[in-house]
Amino acid sequence: MIDESDLQEILASVRRFVRERVVPLEQEIDETDAIPEAIRQTAKDMGLFGFALPEEHGGLGLNMEQETRLVMELGYTSPAVRSMFGTNNGIAGHVLMLGGDDEQKAEWLPRIASGEAVASFALTEPEAGSDPADLTSTATQDGDEWVLNGTKRYITNAPLADVFLVFARTDPTAKGAKGISCFIVPRDTAGVEVGPKDQKMGQFGAWTADVYLNDARVPASSLVGGDAGLHRGYYTAMGCLAHGRVHIAAMCVGLAGRLVDESVTYAKERMQGGKPIAGFQLVQGLIADSQTDYLAGRSIVLEVARSFDAGTDQKLGPSCAKYFASEMVSRVADNAVQVHGGAGYMRGVPVERMYRDARLFRIYEGTSQIQQVIIARQLLGDAARA
Amino acid sequence: MKVAVCVKQIPDPAVPGELDPSTNTLNRDDKLILDESDSFGVELALQLVEAAGGGSVTLVSMAPRSEVSGLRTALAMGADDAVLVSDDALAGTDALGTAKVLGAALGRVEPDLILAGVESSDGYTGTVPEQIAGVMGIASVTFAKKIEASDGMLSIQRQTDDGYDEVTCPMPALVSVTGGVVEPRYPSFKGIMAAKKKPVDQVGIADLGIDASAVGFAGSRQETVAVVDAEAREAGEIVIDEGEGFQRIADFLAELKVI
Ligand SMILES: Cc1cc2nc3c(=O)[nH]c(=O)nc-3n(C[C@H](O)[C@H](O)[C@H](O)COP(=O)(O)OP(=O)(O)OC[C@H]3O[C@@H](n4cnc5c(N)ncnc54)[C@H](O)[C@@H]3O)c2cc1C
Ligand SMILES: Cc1cc2nc3c(=O)[nH]c(=O)nc-3n(C[C@H](O)[C@H](O)[C@H](O)COP(=O)(O)OP(=O)(O)OC[C@H]3O[C@@H](n4cnc5c(N)ncnc54)[C@H](O)[C@@H]3O)c2cc1C
Repeated sequence: MIDESDLQEILASVRRFVRERVVPLEQEIDETDAIPEAIRQTAKDMGLFGFALPEEHGGLGLNMEQETRLVMELGYTSPAVRSMFGTNNGIAGHVLMLGGDDEQKAEWLPRIASGEAVASFALTEPEAGSDPADLTSTATQDGDEWVLNGTKRYITNAPLADVFLVFARTDPTAKGAKGISCFIVPRDTAGVEVGPKDQKMGQFGAWTADVYLNDARVPASSLVGGDAGLHRGYYTAMGCLAHGRVHIAAMCVGLAGRLVDESVTYAKERMQGGKPIAGFQLVQGLIADSQTDYLAGRSIVLEVARSFDAGTDQKLGPSCAKYFASEMVSRVADNAVQVHGGAGYMRGVPVERMYRDARLFRIYEGTSQIQQVIIARQLLGDAARA
Repeated sequence: MKVAVCVKQIPDPAVPGELDPSTNTLNRDDKLILDESDSFGVELALQLVEAAGGGSVTLVSMAPRSEVSGLRTALAMGADDAVLVSDDALAGTDALGTAKVLGAALGRVEPDLILAGVESSDGYTGTVPEQIAGVMGIASVTFAKKIEASDGMLSIQRQTDDGYDEVTCPMPALVSVTGGVVEPRYPSFKGIMAAKKKPVDQVGIADLGIDASAVGFAGSRQETVAVVDAEAREAGEIVIDEGEGFQRIADFLAELKVI
């Protein structure tokens, strides 16, 4: 956690960077499916790769509430830019933060926080997505090495990653969540291969790919958390995802804010029947609904983040926030396209791109249905499993 | 190389400004921020020190109420320290008075090079830098777009209507920097955290050996006698193109002396 006055300065700096530098390049990022090198370098120089990692390891040490406020600024532009450092700050960096031993943290976190190394979180498999406890990748001990085999799917930043946090089954006899561990697997490990980058619907500039492990050997010291981490991988992953869900929810809020701005600007400029469409009450209704949704999303995210920081709720709230905010931004994006009429369906118009970009938020880091299941199970307990 | 940068802290331009009707001066009660016009000087100073392989960047500012917000932004960009002149007696000081105060503060810093903006965003008289040079008795070059320093000499590209002049000048000197000539860096998070701990030497006019009668409303040779609203914008002229529209537009632009 940092001082409010420092945070204010940081937010102002990020806001300027986003609006002056990134917003004008959004369309280029979408069309070329790449983040310009100058943007990557500025993001590194500013410290954007490690704002959610601990200060002692080179990060900024923001708490959850501070992080959501910063992420809302990032959400205002191409989500691909956030994705570029999203795995370092989020799911991948947090595996080491929550589960790593002191040596692992000291070795990797400073490089991850500075952006010198890109880290990816490799949990999902072709046959294990919503239910990762079903994963079938294996890690077998051979002397003082672990031997990894399996396939990981849709892994964000895999084409660029220097290191993978790979989840694999260490106890073939244990069912589900119980026998899974996590390993630090540098990209240059023999037996590690990254597939071609996936062709996605949106969020161009953010890359995913399969990761193949064929007898990839890593030293015993690569087991996240050392001996104490054995068979604990699933629980670490869930901890990372709870944090990640609040982070993603904040992204959705930032994007919703942008969509409202785009809708308002367009409604005032676009003329039909000799007057701006802003004068039509049915258009006003779309915009009023979007603003209301946006504010509701902002409120739930900040409230959930505060409870997360207080330690009073790190599970139910994050799922509620992610569920609400991702559905919310999809509605707001849909309204924004509607306000733009035919233009909203055309390439080159920002809301068309954002409509595609927004769609992902309901899918990754737990689909909306999985959030519903988590929320309901928290409330209903065993009765939900009857 | 020791570079000093004059940085003005101004009311946030995003917030509508207000004049104090009793003095006709700008209301500066809210937090003041770094004038964007001065961020280019800060960036150039940092680049010059990097190119020289060492040295320091010192900020100098005159502002009411011990304001440091704008200085913090420039310190977060990488400047090393700051001198802030703040004194109740300075209320109402005009551009020449400001130059005397800044000149005295800069004299204590003893820089090789002083950078300033060509004009500020709020007052924009565009006169303070040259008056500082006058007060200090050093050379001054205006409208710089590029500055290089070596062996005690400065080579400066000085922006003109048609291109640029190449000027050389011995140090110490004062150079005013044209807005937009470099891309100011975004303060890094580490820089922002470190800025709080960087030294800001706060001085009053007595510390600078300046008499209260030489500054403030009393010492100002300039007085704002009246403030009137700007003329309301009139409706534009619509040119209907019947084959000759381009000529009317070209004539119009020529009347405005834009082409
Ligand atoms: C762009 C992108 C980036 C990604 N990045 C990463 C990454 O970096 N690392 C990583 O490990 N993974 C990543 N993923 C994977 C992502 O987390 C999964 O795609 C997601 O969890 C859904 O899993 P699935 O695709 O297998 O869908 P499935 O699990 O097959 O889901 C299909 C449908 O069934 C529903 N469903 C499934 N189970 C239930 C249930 N129990 N109750 C009700 N409905 C259910 C789902 O909601 C969905 O509607 C990424 C995915 C994408 C698209
Ligand atoms: C009637 C009147 C009343 C005033 N009252 C006050 C007052 O109450 N409180 C007060 O603080 N000032 C006051 N001022 C001072 C005024 O706001 C300016 O500092 C001064 O007149 C400079 O004018 P400018 O902004 O046009 O500078 P310009 O000449 O346009 O500025 C060019 C460059 O000079 C440098 N510079 C200018 N001003 C400063 C500064 N203050 N500190 C550091 N660098 C600077 C910057 O690099 C700037 O980019 C008053 C001025 C007038 C005329």
